[in-house]
Amino acid sequence: MILLTLRALTSYWRRHRGQLLALLAGLTLATALWSAVQAINGQARSDYVRAAQQLGGTEQTFLARADGGAIPMDSFAQLRRAGWRVSPVMEARVVVGNLRLRVTGLDPFTAAPGTLPPAMAQQLASDPASVMTAPGRGFAAPELVAQLPAESLLPPLDPTPGLPPREIVTDISTVAALPDAELVRLSLHPQQPRFQTPLEQIAPDLVLQAGTGRVDATRLTDSFHLNLTAFGLLSFAVGLFIVHAGIGLAFEQRRATVRTLRALGVPLRTVMIALLVELLCLALIAGGAGVLLGYLLAAALLPDVAATLRGLYGAAVGDGLLFRPVWALSGMAMAVLGTGTAAATGLWALARMPLLASARPRAWSRVSERALWMQAAFGLVLLGLGVVAAWALDGLVAGFTLLGGLLLGAALMLPLSLALVLRLGRSQARSVLGAWFWADAQQQLRGLSMALMALMLALATNIGVGTMVSSFRLTFTGWLDQRLAADLYISARSEEQGAAITDWAQASRLRLLPLVSAEQTLSGRPGDIFGVKDDPLYRDSWPLIAAIAEPWDALHDAGAVLINEQLARSAALWPGQEITLAPGWRVPIAGVYSDYGNPKAQAIVALPELESRFSGLPRLRFGLIAPDTESARTQLQDLGLSQGQITDQAGIKAFSLAIFEQTFAVTAALNVLTLAVAGFAIFTSLTTLAALRLPQLAPVWALGKPRAALARLELLRAVLLAGLTYVLALPVGLALAWSLLAVVNVEAFGWRLPMFLFPSQWVWLGLAALLAALLAAALPARRLARRSPADFLRVFANER
Amino acid sequence: MIDARDITKTYPGTPRAVPVLQGLSLAVSGGETVALTGESGSGKSTLLHILGGLEAADTGIVTIAGQDVGALDEAGRAALRRDSIGLVFQQFNLIPSLDVGANLAFQARLNGRYDAGWAGTLAERLGLSDLLSRYPEELSGGQQQRVAIGRALASRPPVLMADEPTGNLDEDSAARVLDLMLSLVRETGTTLLIVTHSAAVAAQMDRRVHLSRGRLSAPSDAVGAAS
Repeated sequence: MILLTLRALTSYWRRHRGQLLALLAGLTLATALWSAVQAINGQARSDYVRAAQQLGGTEQTFLARADGGAIPMDSFAQLRRAGWRVSPVMEARVVVGNLRLRVTGLDPFTAAPGTLPPAMAQQLASDPASVMTAPGRGFAAPELVAQLPAESLLPPLDPTPGLPPREIVTDISTVAALPDAELVRLSLHPQQPRFQTPLEQIAPDLVLQAGTGRVDATRLTDSFHLNLTAFGLLSFAVGLFIVHAGIGLAFEQRRATVRTLRALGVPLRTVMIALLVELLCLALIAGGAGVLLGYLLAAALLPDVAATLRGLYGAAVGDGLLFRPVWALSGMAMAVLGTGTAAATGLWALARMPLLASARPRAWSRVSERALWMQAAFGLVLLGLGVVAAWALDGLVAGFTLLGGLLLGAALMLPLSLALVLRLGRSQARSVLGAWFWADAQQQLRGLSMALMALMLALATNIGVGTMVSSFRLTFTGWLDQRLAADLYISARSEEQGAAITDWAQASRLRLLPLVSAEQTLSGRPGDIFGVKDDPLYRDSWPLIAAIAEPWDALHDAGAVLINEQLARSAALWPGQEITLAPGWRVPIAGVYSDYGNPKAQAIVALPELESRFSGLPRLRFGLIAPDTESARTQLQDLGLSQGQITDQAGIKAFSLAIFEQTFAVTAALNVLTLAVAGFAIFTSLTTLAALRLPQLAPVWALGKPRAALARLELLRAVLLAGLTYVLALPVGLALAWSLLAVVNVEAFGWRLPMFLFPSQWVWLGLAALLAALLAAALPARRLARRSPADFLRVFANER
Repeated sequence: MIDARDITKTYPGTPRAVPVLQGLSLAVSGGETVALTGESGSGKSTLLHILGGLEAADTGIVTIAGQDVGALDEAGRAALRRDSIGLVFQQFNLIPSLDVGANLAFQARLNGRYDAGWAGTLAERLGLSDLLSRYPEELSGGQQQRVAIGRALASRPPVLMADEPTGNLDEDSAARVLDLMLSLVRETGTTLLIVTHSAAVAAQMDRRVHLSRGRLSAPSDAVGAAS
């Protein structure tokens, strides 16, 4: 009986292939966007794990400072003397051309067996001197080796498949010779002596951790993945609006069939099981296609995402995408769950439909104003909850709860807002046709509200994310101009070379700005203190966002400090307050500067002040103001500097902007896709509802309005509704932008960006929305214009 | 075949409940054809729905083909309709997405009594042989009603219940459809209960019962006048 019932129910799709195609396409798109994001996140996370395994063999435990800072050599020596079997791991950051690399040094003598990368262990076994004596030997991914110029600070490299894309592994002595190398963690041998002096007694600032010990980028990459996931979820939700509209209409249109089946003796339970089987099949077909499409989409987007993660956060992600059953299954599960969610109300209504209820589809019955008010009230509650959550909760959860409440709340309030506007239009109509037009639009609202809500979500997201990205771009570009004011940036190999550069600059009468820093915990966060020379460059261009009067005078003459925005916001420290930079060194804050892209806390003091507090800080990095950069570069090379040691300002800016553009290339792609999905939702609704509209249109046609004129009115109505939705989406989008800039960014990255408005973008988006509505309505309108008069007449024959 | 005793049915209403059937009793023997007449709103369709297991009576006992309808749950009533009753509705209630052939065979396949030979005979007798691959929306009202009658009879039910089966048809079509239905019912010994406004239709049945103010009364000439 189930098969027969299923056949009767599914025969509907044979007669409504367009509707079936739209439904499957909606679900496929929704699943594809979700799966793509999951695939990207899954690939990135698996690359992190792979990197951890390559660098440390298996999962290791290690000792690191809780604040993520460098471990003093003394602590290491004391631990070894106390019998702790620990192996030192040093790291240095090196910039070669446009590549920012991490060089990790391992100690073959103390490393636990199986914890060295296999290629390194092999080389050590066959020719230990080649690894442990100068110039040493490095191991890096083949694609990285191919990118690096032969001449650089680095040792000769062996291509080693499987290593992270921006990482070089070498002997610890090779890393120790690099500028800024520091001891970052001590890996623990799995077998330790039975009796050990407790860790708290030897090195109380060290804690036991598992994994790779790289805590610096974790928070940022997590934020990035969370952002992607949120976008994926939003796209999925927009897709579900299509599915909801499609399935809901299919159920509405089959009310008569269901009633007939039951009257002929099919139990309700059998009908419900058949519908569930049908839904499951649809979900599996569309889910499978969605997962496949998602894989292709992810493969296309992954290079940009990987570049972002590598460039911005230094995280190890490759460009290749592997098929993983986990995200494929998660995609299928989302398709099934989404279909179930989208169909729940329809199924419930059918299950509760009395056997003798009217079988006429209810889609066009005028929705009661009370229901609209209830829905809007629920939306308002969601909005309120979002605001309360943002105020009461902390972290990204607060930010995303605010976004969710704002978007869902506004979407739920849309139908009432539109109904009120349409009622106003109706009251203002002067002609009979005008009155009918507005009244008919009101009646269409119920059938179209889902699609319009999807459109609103997409438009608001576009406005919100677009405003955020453009504000970010504008701020970031200006900030780069301010921060990278020197013409050349130079890295010296040694202090001697640093001194030679200083002498040369003095002799050449060029302004040389040493970039000297010391690692220091600042208000409980890992950070750096920089010392700067008193130079007009800083006074004129440093990007201060808050400051006392004459901050640079206070810095150089009164020992005050400037701190970065991340530190100011996390520690709630602002100009006029004081900060402790080191034990016994408490200074007033003269200003706060923006410092985008830096996960650490940072402070700037006068250079002599820093050097008096931290003796022996090497002067290895410099900014140079040179009117003729080419001549300066040539002269520096004459001093023995390689090309890789000199980077010009334009190169760094171009590199930084490229990273920025890559970061938001993915966002832009998802933005466009979400809008496309929403446009498709309108098309689906209009197409599937077209047949049900005949009873509304037939009387007007019979009274003398030609089919072509009716079709034009259909087009006008679709454009009107999309236009109204756009107008209502605009404030929601701006509120979304504000939430992203003022709440989510601060929670995720620690800095707040100023919000700029871009009206020209809104105009283009508005035109895109109207065009999407016009395109979506074009086919149903064309069909209406060409519809046979017999179809209209049938309405009057009471044969429906 | 049909035995209804002391049936009452009241619909809740504002400002007060509306009693539709008030202690009504009706017995129909196997193979008998009975016309149920009455004014609009007299409760004819309600009685048919109760007898057909589509709706429950407030009180009273209904027995169809030996089964106490009141004692059956939803699934039991569905099985009763599937196996013992053929229903013909005024609005035809065909499945729009199935062609005529599939609609004709549907209930018979559902209760496992599908007989291709009998289905072919029915299609032939009802003039549907050339229309088997058409869809309901491609048929006229008379053709759709013939499909509905064929669907009900194809499963060889002991009882056929028809609610205004010719109400949507013109006079000639109505006469043809009714003749066909009656001849098929009599050939197969099916019990027929037909709700109608038409005195002409009622006159062709073995017996007429008239429903007025929730109770059955003896047929009179007023039946014709009411229609």
